[in-house]
Amino acid sequence: MSTMTQTAVQVYNVFIKASPEQIWAAITKPEFTSKYFYGSLVESTLEPGSPFIGWSPDREQQWTDGEVLESDPPRKLSYTWRALYDETTAAEEPSRVTWEIESQEGGVSKLSVVHDRLEHAPKTAENVAGGWMYILSGLKTLLETGEPLAG
Amino acid sequence: MTFRSLLSRNVGSVTSRSPVPDPAEEAVFRALADPTRRAILDRLFERDGQPLGEIERAFEMSRFGVMKHLRVLEEAGLVVTHREGRSKLHFLNPVPIRLIHDRWIDKYTEHRVSALADLKHELEEAG
Repeated sequence: MSTMTQTAVQVYNVFIKASPEQIWAAITKPEFTSKYFYGSLVESTLEPGSPFIGWSPDREQQWTDGEVLESDPPRKLSYTWRALYDETTAAEEPSRVTWEIESQEGGVSKLSVVHDRLEHAPKTAENVAGGWMYILSGLKTLLETGEPLAG
Repeated sequence: MTFRSLLSRNVGSVTSRSPVPDPAEEAVFRALADPTRRAILDRLFERDGQPLGEIERAFEMSRFGVMKHLRVLEEAGLVVTHREGRSKLHFLNPVPIRLIHDRWIDKYTEHRVSALADLKHELEEAG
């Protein structure tokens, strides 16, 4: 998406027929992230100040690095984030990812992702722009049907 | 089996399903049906996170008109707002379009692949 001018903030929303607790688990447990987050396995105790890491499916490579900033289950999770899977993004400053979950009527939850502090991480901004919609669409499908997206 | 019969088989399977409208999907198609709203999305794709005034300046339209379009886009989830300091910024949220892609495009691609696989099988059997 080289024609797209990147700004320092990206915001994504999705409504999911699931409880905030289920969505929280899907974000923080590796058995779930492996099914919608490019196969990556999340690892974190979720204590503020502790690492927030994403591993490759075989746990051989560390794909992402970060530190937990705020954890308020099952409502808000915020951490710094740096993509190590690409040399150019790995060299940039860490950005910040914030997930917020709001319970709505009818067993539906609103999930929002704000990816900001991208001022000094233009390559990261470009890299994740298409990725978030794929991830959130996959997360919704997984929680609503129990099946990961094909392909 | 001919290719024509493969096509009619697919059409048959689509029409035989009784339509159950999904309100979220309806809202997306309704929002995308308008050229001005599509143009607003194109603007946000080019530069994400714009305040109302900036979107307004790009279109020869009243503030009220732009706000009306933005409301339809927000209801469909195609535009989301986020506060940055004192300004309310509008962001393109492509997730609903991705969901339609997953729901429709992937399905048809799959169909076509299997139809071609069937055809190949038929031809090889015949040969």
